[in-house]
Amino acid sequence: MAHDSQVSYLKYGNQTGLWSWLTTLDHKKIGIMYFISIFIFFFIGGMFALLMRLELLHPEPLFSADQYNQMMTYHGAIMTFMVIIPGVPAFLGNFLLPLMIGAKDVAFPRVNLMSWYCLMIGAAISFATIFFGGVDTGWTFYTPYSLETSGNTIMMVLGAFVMGFSSILTGVNFIVTIHRLRAPGMGFFQMPLMVWALYSTAIIQVVATPVLAITLLLLALEKVFGVGIFDPKLGGDPVLFQHYFWFYSHPAVYIMILPSMGIISELITTFSRKIIFGYRAIVYSTFGIASVSFFVWGHHMFVSGQSYWTGWIFSLLTMLVGVPTAIKAFNWVATMYRGSISFKAPMLFAFGYLFLFSIGGITGIYLAVIPIDVHFHDTYFVVAHFHYVMVGGTLLALTGGLYYWFPKMFGKICSELGSQISFFLIFVGFNVTFFPQFVLGHMGMPRRYHTYLPEFETLNIISTVGSWMIASGFFVTLGVVIYALLKGPKSGDNPWGGTTLEWKTSSPPPHENFETIPTVTGGPYEYGS
Amino acid sequence: MSVFLLLIQSAFAERFMPYQGTAIAAEIDYLYSFLLIVSLIAFVILIGGMLYFALKYRRKADNEPTPRITHNTALEFLWSGIPFIIFMIAFAWGLIIHKKMVDFPDKAFEVHVTGYRWAWDFQYKSGKKITNELYVPAGEPVKLIMTSKDVIHSFFIPAFRVKQDVVPGRYTALWFEAKTPGVYQVFCTEYCGTNHSRMLAKLHVLPKKKFEKWLSDNPYKGLSLAQRGEKILKGSCAACHGLSNARKIGPGFQGLWGKERVLEDGTTVVADAEYIRNSILYPQKQIVKSYNQVKMNSYQGQLSEDELTYIIEYFKNEKGN
Amino acid sequence: MSMAVDHLNGEALHHFPDAHTEFEASKLGIWLFLCTEILMFGGLFVAYFIFHGLYPEAFVEGAKYTDWKLGAANTVVLLFSSLTIALAVHFLQKDNIKAAAVNLAITFGCAALFMLIKGIEYSHKIHEGLLPGRWFSHAKEAQELPTYFAIYFTTTGIHGLHVLIGMALIIWVFIRTIRGGFNSRYYTAVEGVALYWHLVDLVWIFLFPLLYLV
Repeated sequence: MAHDSQVSYLKYGNQTGLWSWLTTLDHKKIGIMYFISIFIFFFIGGMFALLMRLELLHPEPLFSADQYNQMMTYHGAIMTFMVIIPGVPAFLGNFLLPLMIGAKDVAFPRVNLMSWYCLMIGAAISFATIFFGGVDTGWTFYTPYSLETSGNTIMMVLGAFVMGFSSILTGVNFIVTIHRLRAPGMGFFQMPLMVWALYSTAIIQVVATPVLAITLLLLALEKVFGVGIFDPKLGGDPVLFQHYFWFYSHPAVYIMILPSMGIISELITTFSRKIIFGYRAIVYSTFGIASVSFFVWGHHMFVSGQSYWTGWIFSLLTMLVGVPTAIKAFNWVATMYRGSISFKAPMLFAFGYLFLFSIGGITGIYLAVIPIDVHFHDTYFVVAHFHYVMVGGTLLALTGGLYYWFPKMFGKICSELGSQISFFLIFVGFNVTFFPQFVLGHMGMPRRYHTYLPEFETLNIISTVGSWMIASGFFVTLGVVIYALLKGPKSGDNPWGGTTLEWKTSSPPPHENFETIPTVTGGPYEYGS
Repeated sequence: MSVFLLLIQSAFAERFMPYQGTAIAAEIDYLYSFLLIVSLIAFVILIGGMLYFALKYRRKADNEPTPRITHNTALEFLWSGIPFIIFMIAFAWGLIIHKKMVDFPDKAFEVHVTGYRWAWDFQYKSGKKITNELYVPAGEPVKLIMTSKDVIHSFFIPAFRVKQDVVPGRYTALWFEAKTPGVYQVFCTEYCGTNHSRMLAKLHVLPKKKFEKWLSDNPYKGLSLAQRGEKILKGSCAACHGLSNARKIGPGFQGLWGKERVLEDGTTVVADAEYIRNSILYPQKQIVKSYNQVKMNSYQGQLSEDELTYIIEYFKNEKGN
Repeated sequence: MSMAVDHLNGEALHHFPDAHTEFEASKLGIWLFLCTEILMFGGLFVAYFIFHGLYPEAFVEGAKYTDWKLGAANTVVLLFSSLTIALAVHFLQKDNIKAAAVNLAITFGCAALFMLIKGIEYSHKIHEGLLPGRWFSHAKEAQELPTYFAIYFTTTGIHGLHVLIGMALIIWVFIRTIRGGFNSRYYTAVEGVALYWHLVDLVWIFLFPLLYLV
């Protein structure tokens, strides 16, 4: 029997039963629990997406309008609150953060476990609404529609409220961990960029999520008691809700995208075997994006009747987000210059990310120009734009990150061929699905439409076919992961040649992560020259 | 540079955008062309660079040494500065056009718009009112003053590149000056529930003379009372009720007159004039069984006494045939 | 986790290098949590200022229906309780367990008194029909007065909820204190509850003038 400090965390203390997982305080096991739950949520949310695309295959209705509206709501709510927001920070972040800074665990392991339970309870409440009347407000809960609809909005809002706590607790935990538990010698500027990304994300989570909490609370109070804050019939202001909601939900977009930028920084350096280009520029732009993100919420409301001056301030500030984003993209490409570039599957995901995220980012700039936004607002152009960012960006990075750190988690390696097939299916399918939606947006097809005019049909058919390709891509991913878990070959401790601290311990790591806490002497990406 | 301007002038964006119905629409498309071309160039530089490096520096052997290039201040200034300048151009250009969109002309022809689930009412100063069909004169600025009866809607005319939320409890407005007569599509773009995707209207731009004739026309001229009723039902009620027996959002109308209606609480009521009138003005009072999920709006104040009479006459007449 | 950690003798949880780091980490965590509280109340204050801007007369009118004497009494009660809980921490640092426990008990008493006074105010308003939104039934004809009471009841209500949570937390640290769970080496939980209590106090100090004295 090997000593405790060498045994893999998966077999630590010979405890492998379900109960040992549900009560674990090990950040790695909690990370894996997030992985499994988020994967399940993702498949449920994806199922709703497929049903929506099926409805939109032809203008003739297949489901009733109310059924479609519910699918649209569940797809949005599940994917944002249960998949993309916790996706990278709670799953990969939980697993990696202590490893990357050379710590034994996060600062508050109990809080960490509680945060997982918050997500589970919140998710359970949200899913339960399906059986208690359903929700048809869209994930944005706009008043006064959400006040008037007969669906079970209150329960859904409660679910989102509880899930918000999960996000806040994770954020607090990460900030404290980064501040207090870095390995000796690791200054802030020796941290891997993934850690920086998680750090700025955590700050946004802590600052923005409480505003969502109070918004949802006020909405519930309005709905139950009719207190008259949002309801115009009682003297309330329905547009105030939009301000509140986007004050949270715009920074939330960066909760979704910033950590994925961290993943890409890691993938590009490792698979180019080269030090990152412009480390500090990337760090500063991460914080630039995070801080400006709090002052751009009004760009969701250019046509809500806000004043000319409000509009132009929000337009200007939104433009400013574009600059640090451009800096990052160019720095990643510059990192590849004179590198030793491998075409392994995770790197393919990084290439795909750059391609799709650039389109998502550029179209974001169009939407920041007010007269252009007036035309595109609430059309399929916006739908395509944010899917290019959220799916083409975050989900692609998450999947690439999964293949990259899978050996770290389980000591086994995913099939390279399988991973590559999944990449091509997802990448091509994604473009087939969402590029036509840009064109539909130009033509003026509004979003959240259960049925549409006949002239939009051809592009909708293409889009629906694309959705089947994406689905098959993710099923291949599922197959690859399950196969690797059961029969995957051993990966060795550092299969990709990474230089960050998580690769300086065994794969999978022992319970306390490192046999001896490493002492850091240089930067995170010192590839031999 | 001149090649660039030429590219824009070849109306790049028009290929994707709907017909340019106003002068401002053309200006917006021009700005959009500029953005499309600039971003296309940026995209080619970025993704082309990525692919070029990926192929040129692909790993040929394990343990290849790589140079230690940490940063390059000049380059980094370049690729933050150039995007910044482009963004500022786009921002300022957008602002100039936006100013024209929010500066309302002094002498605009005004139409009052009321959105409700799931139709649009248009009311003219002459007292004329019409549902889901907006008629405006060509070559003259038109101002729409809009409000909603229930939830937030949004009024969108793709051909004119205008869109404005329609909010209950307040007024919002937009204006346009249609260049050419024709029929244009209007969408509701703020999600408003079940029939959101059917909350459509047609915008008819008529030559000035024709429009004036239309405006002074009595819509009911030459029609019998029952025909007038049919006209109202086909306009205001069509989103939720069909003239046939088929169930839409609400029950179908065929053979309603004199029928026994079974209500939610199990009681029955005969569909007479009083019942029809009540169902229009106080729709929550007597709800037909299996329709309790549907919340119909009251049409009090929207339909005149005369119009109610027309509707009742329609039902009487329909039964008679 | 069955590993017993003897905090009182200066041991730290296994993943912290030493007790000082653990204390500092806990404190930072509490501060961050308080930040989220401030932002949440910030959202409420924004609602206050927006509606105050929309209906200034309703707020002047509404404030007349509040009893500034009861409000002022509650302010004094809370300020005093902030002092006593700070003293509790101070006495723990000096290893004077008994004095710390007494001060925690006084703090709890003040909190209860605050809730009592709040209850009296609420019952008056409920009795007179001065309620938010559609519940408003006061004889006074005022279109926008219900909005004032919507703000009044949501802000004071959510603040009251925080007082109740605070009371539960104070009981918890009180019991742990008299059982000898804290000393000058380890009093993180008391420090945390005290910081939380100061915040609850601070929020009230803003609410009082905004709602009673406008």
